[in-house]
Amino acid sequence: MSASPVYLDAATAAPLHPVARQALLAALDDGWADPGRLYTQARRARQLLDAAREACAQTLGVRADELSFTSSGTTAAHAAVLGGLAGRRRVGPVLVHSAIEHSAVLHAAEKHVAAGGAATSVPVDRLGRLDLGRWAAAVRAPGVALAALIAASHEVGTLQPVAAAAQECAEAGVPLYVDAAQLVGRAPVPAGWSVLTASARKWGGPPGVGLLVVRKGTRWESPWPADDREAGRTPGTLNLPAVVAAAASLRAAAADAAAETARLEPLVARIRARVAAEVPDVEVVGDPDHRLPHLVTFSCLYVDGEALLHALDRRGFAVSSGSSCTSSTLRPSHVLEAMGVLSHGNVRVSLHRETTAADVERFLTELPGIVAELRAEAGVVGL
Amino acid sequence: MTAPAEILDCRGQRCPLPVIAVARRLPEMPVGTVVRVLADDPAAAVDLPAWCRMRGQEFLGTITGPDGPAFDVRRRH
Repeated sequence: MSASPVYLDAATAAPLHPVARQALLAALDDGWADPGRLYTQARRARQLLDAAREACAQTLGVRADELSFTSSGTTAAHAAVLGGLAGRRRVGPVLVHSAIEHSAVLHAAEKHVAAGGAATSVPVDRLGRLDLGRWAAAVRAPGVALAALIAASHEVGTLQPVAAAAQECAEAGVPLYVDAAQLVGRAPVPAGWSVLTASARKWGGPPGVGLLVVRKGTRWESPWPADDREAGRTPGTLNLPAVVAAAASLRAAAADAAAETARLEPLVARIRARVAAEVPDVEVVGDPDHRLPHLVTFSCLYVDGEALLHALDRRGFAVSSGSSCTSSTLRPSHVLEAMGVLSHGNVRVSLHRETTAADVERFLTELPGIVAELRAEAGVVGL
Repeated sequence: MTAPAEILDCRGQRCPLPVIAVARRLPEMPVGTVVRVLADDPAAAVDLPAWCRMRGQEFLGTITGPDGPAFDVRRRH
């Protein structure tokens, strides 16, 4: 008999929050019309969109007219980077970013460089913490249009020194874009940023909704062809029912965030301690203290990451990996590479509101045997 | 720079195989010996130095030659 499935990949997508499901179903009946039109059904849709925007803005502590919805977190990140660079192109062509940004940010940076721009990557230490000295020097260099920093690593959970990095940017007169995908709905975002993005599926909203916030006074110019929706920041029709569900679930997640942190933090601490103690030759990575409350990453020496993922899946555990064999490009995670930590046999476990202590216990009970079996099969025991 | 006493050709092997190869071979060599690992899997550039750090062995560096990327490792204990 196979055990009940245990989903441990909230950092990719959290299970749909019940509030999101409820709001989504209601909005399917009420929010199908185009909010830009001038008839009764459109006005109803407009009301739903305005209320969703107001709710999200309130949760983030920003003005409603600073917040636009996008068709995904990735699209929001692309718009943040390319729009922030376009808005300050007269200042210079340089994007400063950490080495551990999300691939959406790095891909936007590559596009910028391919079009004649420039990018400076700032390194992190072994724990995945930004090198603040190098950051300060990089943002002070001539020609910097925008700086980009992830609020907390989506791969290893290390919180970044956003407030200090923002201070350096302010002194250099450079706007800061913060990718807050792993923080929004879980913890307050430190102040000092000019542009912020988030992704609804990370907090239990539906897939296909991103947030793009551009603070008043920030020079940002849409990188897309002109379109008057979402204050000119997002082209195309929004999936309004999903937007409504995202807003409702953000409010619910934010209301529960402190309690969820208090519940999940000890579970993550237990995983870190038990994996290190009970799985031989394992490297638990990321900052042990300044970290996300719901995410933990480790690498098992001599183990093939893809084989480990499949073995865990057969036992009902859904996790993700930064190992090269699990990526479509067959390259190791750039985050693990930047930290200089073992990239093979890598597992990222991320918890959510439905994760129980019993789920974590079952994972911890089964993991050492699964790793030992794979090592025995590969003939690497005792190396 | 110490010349390698042996070359482990791990080209075409995916990680963790190059790391396993050096973990098998290095302890059979005398302390101080340098082994060169040829490995074209991009993960090797991350994982060979990480293995050396975890095992207390010495990672001497990366050389990119006609045979592709090569990594020198010295047995320290």
